[in-house]
Amino acid sequence: MEHWQDQSVVLNVRAHGENGAVVSLLTRNHGRQAGYVNGAFSKKSRGTLDIGNIVDAQWRSRTSENLGTLNLELSRSTAGRIMQDAIKLAALQSACALCDQALPEREGHPGLFNGLCVLLEILESDVWAPAYIMWEIALLKELGFSLDLTKCAAGGNNNALAYVSPKTGRAVSYEAGEPYKDKLLPLPNFLRAHGGVADDQDILTGLQLTGFFLEHWVFAHHNQGIPEARRRLALRFAEYFDKKQNNNIRDTDSLGTELHAAG
Amino acid sequence: MMNDNPLEHLIKLLGSLPGLGNRSARRIALHLLSKRGGLMVPLAEALKNTAENIKNCHICNTLDMTDPCQICRDIKRDKRQICVVAQVSDVWAIERTGAFKGTYHVLGGLLSALDGIGPEDLGIERLKLRLEEMEGKEGQEVILALSATVDGQSTAHYIADILWPLGIKVSRLAHGMPVGGELDYLDDGTITTALRSRA
Repeated sequence: MEHWQDQSVVLNVRAHGENGAVVSLLTRNHGRQAGYVNGAFSKKSRGTLDIGNIVDAQWRSRTSENLGTLNLELSRSTAGRIMQDAIKLAALQSACALCDQALPEREGHPGLFNGLCVLLEILESDVWAPAYIMWEIALLKELGFSLDLTKCAAGGNNNALAYVSPKTGRAVSYEAGEPYKDKLLPLPNFLRAHGGVADDQDILTGLQLTGFFLEHWVFAHHNQGIPEARRRLALRFAEYFDKKQNNNIRDTDSLGTELHAAG
Repeated sequence: MMNDNPLEHLIKLLGSLPGLGNRSARRIALHLLSKRGGLMVPLAEALKNTAENIKNCHICNTLDMTDPCQICRDIKRDKRQICVVAQVSDVWAIERTGAFKGTYHVLGGLLSALDGIGPEDLGIERLKLRLEEMEGKEGQEVILALSATVDGQSTAHYIADILWPLGIKVSRLAHGMPVGGELDYLDDGTITTALRSRA
């Protein structure tokens, strides 16, 4: 009998049969693992199986190759804390979808697991957006597609980095990159040496930067391309940015008291 | 040939219903046969009658014998309040309470990036058209009664964004302590939300 117990993050829940579900988890020591959860939609389990929740998982199977069954106990709920905010919710869905679709099954990524747990914690705060972009850069690195944003690939000034080469993922200084700026990707300020606080324009640039490498490197050979949830996050943030530029936005992009005020 | 035998065919059909397996289907089939006149024939007639007469309301997308449905035709209902729900069963759940006197809009599901359900698969455009056709914005309200899950709230945010330019009041059901709930048994997400939206 195969058995393990590990702390995990719920990545995806697919209904299977009438009462069960196949649940995909990112575990601390066992990587991405799937398993069958009996009675997944019962009153008892309903709050546990939301994506982004941190759970204590017990996996059992007759042989290691089988899907196996999972017993899950909720350790920390994430979605419930950020449900009021549309973009944070989109970021949560995106992070879970990226892990679910990009990571190979049963290959340990403890660093990425810890990073995801920190991101889920930070999602509640106001600095979630730069943290999310940095997490995507860490995901790229974990998958073997590391970006080098510390020095200029063309031998220019390392303190004046402004672009990223779409071919190599290496930073290029303002001076060296200026003649080719139409072909290079802009580097957000907060990722530069001595970069300041990230504003909305930086976040948009950052999402475009990591989105490019996710699409062209990680998901280039996936038949469905970059996950729909990641696409929706970029779209939602771009819409939010556009509305904010035109002063056409609610005080916060959230449901609740602000919506009452809209009437 | 299994389907040549009407009893086998009945068992197979019953077995395909939610919550029923082959063994339960056999028991139900035998029970029906033992009460042919009292249960089996009326049940068959009720099934036929329902299949022929129940239709989707073209206004709110709920199920009823008439189109528009009883709720949409009821002059005592406040047509300026629209409660948006995911499924017809949600309409029944709210109607059981008797606490809501407005009308409904059934989406027919929730947005789900993982399952590939997008806005075009739901009745969101129809809701927008319905609101645009309404005269005057005074007193209009859309209540988003969608589940407190990631998919449910993503859908709620999407609809709120779509309706925002119309200048209509949009609200959602409160999240927090259930009636009769004990703090010790609540998950931390529910307690956090309850604390944040305390009255």
